[in-house]
Amino acid sequence: MRELAARSARPVAFPSAAEAAVTDEQTRTNVRLAQDTIRARRVAVAAELDDWEALRDAGAALRDRSLSRLRDLLPLLEDRVTRSGGVVHWARDAEEANEIVVRVARAAGAREVLKVKSLTTDEIGLNAALERAGLRPLETDLAELVCQLADERPSHLLVPAIHKNRTEIRDLFRERLGLEELTDEPRELAEAARAHLRAAFLRAKVAISGANAAVAETGTVCVVESEGNGRMCTTLADTLITVMGIEKVVAEWRDLEVLLQLLPRSATGERMNPYTSLWTGVREGDGPRAFHLVLLDAGRTRALADPVARPVLRCIRCSACINACPVYRQTGGHAYHTVYAGPIGAILEPQLAGPRGQPGSLPFASSLCGACADVCPVRIDIPGLLVHERGRVVRSERQGLEGASLRLLGRVFASRERYERAQRLARRLQRPAVREGRVRWFVGPLAGWGSSRELPAVPPQTFREWWADRDRA
Amino acid sequence: MRVALFVTCLADTLAPGVGRAAVTVLERLGLGVDFPREQTCCGQLHWNAGYADEATALAARFGEVFADAEVIVTPSGSCAGHVREHVPTLVPRVAHVAARTFELSQLLVERLGVEDVGSTYAGRLTYHPTCHSLRLLRVGDAPERLLRAVPGVELAELPEATECCGFGGMFSVKNAAVSSAMLAAKLDAIASSGADAVCACDASCLLHIGGGLERRGSPVRAVHLAEVLAG
Amino acid sequence: MTAREEILRRINVALAGATAQPVPRAYRVAGELDRDGRVALFRRRVEDYGGVVLESAAPGETIAAVLAERGARRIGVSPDLDEALLPVGVEVVADDRLTPRQLDALDGALTTCAAACAETGTIALDGGPGQGRRALTLVPDLHVCVVRRDDVVETVPELLARLEASARAGRPIVLVSGPSATSDIELTRVEGVHGPRRLVVVLVDRPPA
Repeated sequence: MRELAARSARPVAFPSAAEAAVTDEQTRTNVRLAQDTIRARRVAVAAELDDWEALRDAGAALRDRSLSRLRDLLPLLEDRVTRSGGVVHWARDAEEANEIVVRVARAAGAREVLKVKSLTTDEIGLNAALERAGLRPLETDLAELVCQLADERPSHLLVPAIHKNRTEIRDLFRERLGLEELTDEPRELAEAARAHLRAAFLRAKVAISGANAAVAETGTVCVVESEGNGRMCTTLADTLITVMGIEKVVAEWRDLEVLLQLLPRSATGERMNPYTSLWTGVREGDGPRAFHLVLLDAGRTRALADPVARPVLRCIRCSACINACPVYRQTGGHAYHTVYAGPIGAILEPQLAGPRGQPGSLPFASSLCGACADVCPVRIDIPGLLVHERGRVVRSERQGLEGASLRLLGRVFASRERYERAQRLARRLQRPAVREGRVRWFVGPLAGWGSSRELPAVPPQTFREWWADRDRA
Repeated sequence: MRVALFVTCLADTLAPGVGRAAVTVLERLGLGVDFPREQTCCGQLHWNAGYADEATALAARFGEVFADAEVIVTPSGSCAGHVREHVPTLVPRVAHVAARTFELSQLLVERLGVEDVGSTYAGRLTYHPTCHSLRLLRVGDAPERLLRAVPGVELAELPEATECCGFGGMFSVKNAAVSSAMLAAKLDAIASSGADAVCACDASCLLHIGGGLERRGSPVRAVHLAEVLAG
Repeated sequence: MTAREEILRRINVALAGATAQPVPRAYRVAGELDRDGRVALFRRRVEDYGGVVLESAAPGETIAAVLAERGARRIGVSPDLDEALLPVGVEVVADDRLTPRQLDALDGALTTCAAACAETGTIALDGGPGQGRRALTLVPDLHVCVVRRDDVVETVPELLARLEASARAGRPIVLVSGPSATSDIELTRVEGVHGPRRLVVVLVDRPPA
């Protein structure tokens, strides 16, 4: 059985996972091409709007405002949904959420449950929980279907099969769907998915979705998608279950006018995604007869309690930061071993999963180049939050030689005399390792540097020695 | 006008030529250069690595060492970025010192309005905008304007120029494999630019890029902006 | 303590001392184009994403031609669709709680819409007169949507303002921007997945009677 909840797997440190990932030329080529395409599209559609920066300001502020009013907004949302015939559940953690979903799905008499692509349900490991309960989850998003058929974890928030190219998907469909004549034309592959899932949609009893947002004042739940699988699930099933992180709520209807501009342009680089579904509870004669909304904490309140980290909860899961990330570009998403990969994952995962959930190496999986913050539609200071998470790791885990060295270096820099003595000492100590002005032995922490780079030796005269000489002259 | 040079610990110790070049450029423009000897490190390394206590102590120290300087100039986009953007948050009482700190190209173009610094050069250069000069400090095209004004500089376009070179301080050793892969992509881009030297505003990134070029046996040299402007 | 109480308590503790700041809304709300400009932009944007746009003075005839060209012989409509829009020479099936399978057996659906947005090439359905329920415009492979020129607004905020009353009334809303599509394979956009693979917009002038 596939472990969708990456966190339940044994944590793997990023540097070692990345070391393997950077040798996977096929994946890296796929990721690079996909990144280039999506970056160009995002830039083009963001540039079309001359109020783009004002939209980002509003997006950041309205998410912050909603977060600061969660105590009032969640009960308001609950009230609106309940009044429209929906049922609202609260789940403290993944386990509780899974229990609720399994209970509702079973009560609805389902054997098979259709799923709209949802990161939140990936996060809580819902598919595994459904399977344990004897229910068959069927992913309906094309890329999620590819991952499910390939028995692989998604590697990107928005395009889960970004690591696979068309030929690999064709081979997978040939093998798993028995379509031997299939070519690798994307159009034909999409048709194959349509044909494969059509009957399941038409007989759907229970469907499960996530939510991109929910408007408290109107009780409206919002799902943004492209393929129509989301509409199929939220419309045709008898029972619809939506699992939503509590941070996704926004206060006002007009908040959507901001998010629905920022999200598609940042995510797929489209002016608007093909389909946006907005519904409140149940509607007689139109859509599901039962609607269950599961409000999930699972670490959100932990992030909320940290005023510095709190803005991470603004995230609208567009993945623009991932597409901009030069580290992700080299490794792809699997190296992170998390549900949320890339820069946002490195700051979101430690908050959601808590201190023991993921390897402390994640916040260090960044050169702090800042490309992520430049594209974030809700202006999350991702590099700043990476540094914040690094601080937590440094304070909570033993840092060994590195910690000792940095603390010592801190003391050296604290005094000019010590600093100058250290410069002279380095020049003396390096002698056995230096030839022709270059360091020749790369030992200890320098081994990593030496794997691809030369290093100049400390020269005979530092700048300050030169300056002192010049002053004397 | 007198300017205080913050040479950075890295250039002081490993790339003193960058500091000497910065002095040459500044003095040629008629500026008086001071070098407060008490200076060591601005704390950027510690800050980025998650050692906030050490970073805060060094930020305070920076503020004290340069308290009397009218203008502080540094040949490093990342140190200038750290001082200007992070130091005021860490130690609010030295915010005014941080605000008087400029990266070299920023000082020349934005503050002094100088583009032609009277240097000459012979060769084909490509310019790599380092991440912190580009995104933290936002120096814009100041370095390129300075380079274009140098007779003899032929500026070649660098493909995917704004992509990080993979240095990232401790990142280069903690995540050596990814750092090296990012470096390889940058070196390929430099090679395809056809330039015989790559120029940037940060001795740290150049240490990494230059070290990579040398390891590859590439004839392309890594040069600091100050070194080109001092020629 | 129930999960509800526990979560609300955690939020209270987490947000102690936090204050709600106002939202700066300096972005563009009202558009600047006149009606012809809006319609022209809407047309370009729908076409950009693979939809077909036709302008018509005689919607009944245009729709009949659209359906004939696409080989659609049986189409579904909402029982309350204006008769002036009904095409001749085609079997029209009123969606009176058709099952998903029955909807799937149709060649297409013909509806009106609540409003449309020029900047994004979006049509909005809120279950109002002539629009039918959500499944009608989802299951059949062809969606022909009649859009009144007066109902085309320029910006997304203008579109959402038009839909606010429906949202407050608890009516389900769907925003449709072109035919269904996917970018899941190498981020190459392919039009036509689970939702209708073909979207035809017929622009009309007068409100249908």
